[in-house]
Amino acid sequence: MAAISKIATGNGHGENSAYFDGWKAYEINPFHPTDRPDGVIQMGLAENQLCFDFIEKWLMEHPEASICTAEGVSKFKETALFQDYHGIPEFRQAVAKFMGKVRGDRVKFDPDRIVMSGGATGAHEMVAFCLADPGEAFLVPTPYYPGFDRDLRWRTGVELVPVVCDSANDFKITIDSLQSAYHKAQEANIKIKGLLITNPSNPLGTFMDKDTLKNIINFVNEKNIHLIGDEIYAATVFMEPEFVSISEVIEEVECNRDLIHIVYSLSKDMGFPGFRVGIVYSYNDTVTSCARKMSSFGLVSSQTQHLIATMLSNDEFIDNFVAESRERLFKRHKYFTWTLSQIGICSLKSNAGLFIWMDLRKLLKEKTFEAEMDLWRVIIDEVKLNVSPGSSFHCHEPGWFRVCFANMDNYTMEIALSRIRNFMVKNNETMVPPRNKLLRRTSLKLSLSRSLSRKMDDFIMSPSIMSPQSPLVQART
Amino acid sequence: MAIEIEQPRVGLSKVAVSKTHGEDSPYFAGWKAYDENPYHETSNQSGVIQMGLAENQVSFDLLEKYLEEHSEASSWGKGAPGFRENALFQDYHGLKSFRQAMANFMEQIRGGRAKFDPDRIVLTAGATAANELLTFILADPGDALLIPTPYYPGFDRDLRWRTGVNIVPIHCDSSNNFQITPEAMEAAYQSAESMNLKVRGILITNPSNPLGATIQRSALEQILDFAVNKNIHLVSDEIYSGSTFSSSEFISIAEILETRGYKDAERVHIVYSLSKDLGLPGFRVGTIYSYNDQVVTTARRMSSFTLISSQTQHLLACMLSNKEFSENYIKTNRERLSKRYDMIIKGLKKAGIECLKGNAGLFCWMNLSPLLEKPTRESELALWKVILNEVKLNISPGSSCHCSEPGWFRVCFANMSEQTLEIALERIHKFMEQRKRN
Repeated sequence: MAAISKIATGNGHGENSAYFDGWKAYEINPFHPTDRPDGVIQMGLAENQLCFDFIEKWLMEHPEASICTAEGVSKFKETALFQDYHGIPEFRQAVAKFMGKVRGDRVKFDPDRIVMSGGATGAHEMVAFCLADPGEAFLVPTPYYPGFDRDLRWRTGVELVPVVCDSANDFKITIDSLQSAYHKAQEANIKIKGLLITNPSNPLGTFMDKDTLKNIINFVNEKNIHLIGDEIYAATVFMEPEFVSISEVIEEVECNRDLIHIVYSLSKDMGFPGFRVGIVYSYNDTVTSCARKMSSFGLVSSQTQHLIATMLSNDEFIDNFVAESRERLFKRHKYFTWTLSQIGICSLKSNAGLFIWMDLRKLLKEKTFEAEMDLWRVIIDEVKLNVSPGSSFHCHEPGWFRVCFANMDNYTMEIALSRIRNFMVKNNETMVPPRNKLLRRTSLKLSLSRSLSRKMDDFIMSPSIMSPQSPLVQART
Repeated sequence: MAIEIEQPRVGLSKVAVSKTHGEDSPYFAGWKAYDENPYHETSNQSGVIQMGLAENQVSFDLLEKYLEEHSEASSWGKGAPGFRENALFQDYHGLKSFRQAMANFMEQIRGGRAKFDPDRIVLTAGATAANELLTFILADPGDALLIPTPYYPGFDRDLRWRTGVNIVPIHCDSSNNFQITPEAMEAAYQSAESMNLKVRGILITNPSNPLGATIQRSALEQILDFAVNKNIHLVSDEIYSGSTFSSSEFISIAEILETRGYKDAERVHIVYSLSKDLGLPGFRVGTIYSYNDQVVTTARRMSSFTLISSQTQHLLACMLSNKEFSENYIKTNRERLSKRYDMIIKGLKKAGIECLKGNAGLFCWMNLSPLLEKPTRESELALWKVILNEVKLNISPGSSCHCSEPGWFRVCFANMSEQTLEIALERIHKFMEQRKRN
């Protein structure tokens, strides 16, 4: 039998990670409010499902955004034929404008630097192909998105060198840790070509302040290595302070712009992972040109480019969407973390992302990753929640879990919270007051940003608010 | 504004600085000339007519009519049901309804002579991605794929650039109408061995680009036998399968496998796309169909880098599962392409130009070797420049397709209106008349 390649037979696809085991458990027995009320609730999928009604309303009012409707079909032929890897100009302009808006219009993006890719997944691989040779490496702060192991390494042959961050300082990246990782790599004869940061962070849900970013930019300039900033969660920042992008910081410090590259996508901010809209934005002309040629392997469907161009160039809609999305994420996050704290579960203080970084260290039998896996199995099999264990994110401290909260309706979230509550009570982990007592604790203070202050009542959602059907998306149709 | 400081040049990858992206080929230079001065029926009648782009524009009215009559394909117009589910759907298995529709469509194209299992269909963003992906799976960097010449210029980039795999040509020539022979395949294999390149597979395009002709059954049998003998893979790019002028003339490798009871099927992989048959290159719809389970699983995982937009999957699932539509489309598209082909062949013959006898595709393979000063690549390129700059037609020189015989040109005929094709033929006629006089 004719053999296949080493790439094909190896484990570079990364699917043997624990990150995916929970998904399998979910797929075998997925939660459904009426059909499968005891099923596993998916909290391991970082999706943004909170604003579809908003988008659907816009779609109904703008049939011309689809090239299949009577209003849009006149554009069908030219769109269907358009395969130019520069992308539809209106698409690039709309995306550039959107990226600027998400950053409070503090910075402008040049449509001619917008390069398409097959989602952020395709973008990361493409950037790795452009910047590094097989055997060379990128520094990546831990904990990091498990997909990077595949996206950056599988077909490129590039390596990842972790920059260890820990809870002692809330997992912040320090120059010391960067220097240490860089020197360790040098000693091991590994050539570092770049530093990849995800900002806002997955799985932490935090983002970096300007000083940290300035230090990082100084670091990459000093070492003459590339900086890849994955800003895929930029519009999920739901609480002050405002998000600071790499694109803003390079305007304020001396920096060799040929080192700076941003990866973006509409999968998280807009909630459109199915549309595969990935973007590479590089300040390096050679990389932009090379990436554009490479984008032939992962262009965005012109049908989708047309839809996105129409949608994102509608200023009023986008301004409203971004504000509404932030508000809903804020509410969801606040209620979720507050309820958990009542049950005695803490998480890393965060103000962005579609998840929280939950601290379950005190529940571990011992401070080991085996104990973390044991606890995780209990959470999946007994509590029936799919959450993501920190070890799958290469976290160096056992006991942390990423828990997604934006991919479900209120009812499902209440079920999830009550399961957690029951589990904690059963395990005598906390004296948890019954639900109705919680409702009356009006003296509880919450620290809120002034512009987003809410009364506590707003957070206590009645479990009788049920969506007509679960928004949980089946993995297979 | 930062002070300009002399910066040490920061390195990019070898892949990034190589020329394997292939854009320095004359295949693309003609496009530039066209972009600078494109022909237009009313506003630029002296512009360059684009005959170097293998697009199918003859059947759009059928697609538009379908859309007008089927609002479910544009489901977001009324209450947007399904939008959310669709926008969230990123499963690399792809929409089952779409895979089913593609399998059916592929069966219809082959007149039901081969069956396709939807679970063996892997989706990619275009055939460009499909071919690269398969190469990553079937070969290691430094290995080789054998490809019959002349071949689609894009293969140089798609199969080699990021994969590090080599192409070793199987030389075909006009003495037998460019058919692939066992001798030619063996010669290529030996050539690869002598260069210390490990051959991992043979890739054929059937119907052929640029020849515009289907591969005969006997040749397909020999190619499969060759792959079995050498224990290598066989990739059949059947992207033009729906563009054969007559249904019965195309024989898919799937049919050969069928008659052999699927023995040796595990080494066979088919690439398909809707860019040519349906004329939808912008939608990026490519597929890999493999009879090898491990290849299917791995390809599916790799497709994460290049999934098809769920929005597009939904539209095409609706369209292609409408049997009445797809049957009528396939039939009508064939008739129109056949008519166009007859038109261009007649017109060229009138001008004294012969073409390879073709029966498929969106182009013809034109023989201008009698016009060459010398039977060399340089003469061919000189003639090509004259045709581009004086006759104002962008056609593709055979050398860009790695043809070993100079003087052949690929001429596309389906990416323009009939009127424009008439104008192009007139220009060619005039050009030939002038040359006769000189």
